[in-house]
Amino acid sequence: MSDIKVDCTGETCPIPLVETRKALRKAKEGDIVEVIGTHPSSKKEIPMAVKALGLELIDIQEKDGVWKIRIRR
Amino acid sequence: MADKATIIVHSGDMDKVYSALIIANGALAMGMEASLFFTFWGLQRLKKGGLERGPLSKMNMLGLGKWMVKRKMKKAGVASLEKLLQDFKELGGKILVCDMTMEIMGIKKEDLRDDLISDYCAVGTYINEAKESSVTLFI
Repeated sequence: MSDIKVDCTGETCPIPLVETRKALRKAKEGDIVEVIGTHPSSKKEIPMAVKALGLELIDIQEKDGVWKIRIRR
Repeated sequence: MADKATIIVHSGDMDKVYSALIIANGALAMGMEASLFFTFWGLQRLKKGGLERGPLSKMNMLGLGKWMVKRKMKKAGVASLEKLLQDFKELGGKILVCDMTMEIMGIKKEDLRDDLISDYCAVGTYINEAKESSVTLFI
């Protein structure tokens, strides 16, 4: 198991969603993918994708406009 | 019904090609399959060096409007069409090309970026894809 970090700071639609999906495809089962970003809608939509993909959303944090989403593959 | 998005890219306008690629990438990112079916003016964007060449659909003003919009896009951090196309392929998206309109538009196979294209086909293939799709759009 390993942690995969994806930095989408400053990126806008649809890049945070796409980069999250790319990382999840490369991850192995049990790996944790951590995405950070600033695009507000992606904070809502990445969890929607996680649900659609049937994966586990570990948590969502936000501080000073930067959010961090952790997903278990 | 398969969870799939099939989009006809009829327009070659820059902003409309953006819409098509963003929606298609969104579908792939949400775990759906996605196909882009290029026809008529859309084909121009698959020509070698043609992807970023489309005019703005409104207020292009001989390219001035496009230049202004591109500048705003750069400021907002919007990805290039090339990145969106590469991401689309990486996530398993399919590019289909209408061979009948290639003839009308005077476009030959060797003019196109053949490495990106999954198949050259016609309306039957589109219908076959579309009838299995929960999302289909004409852009």
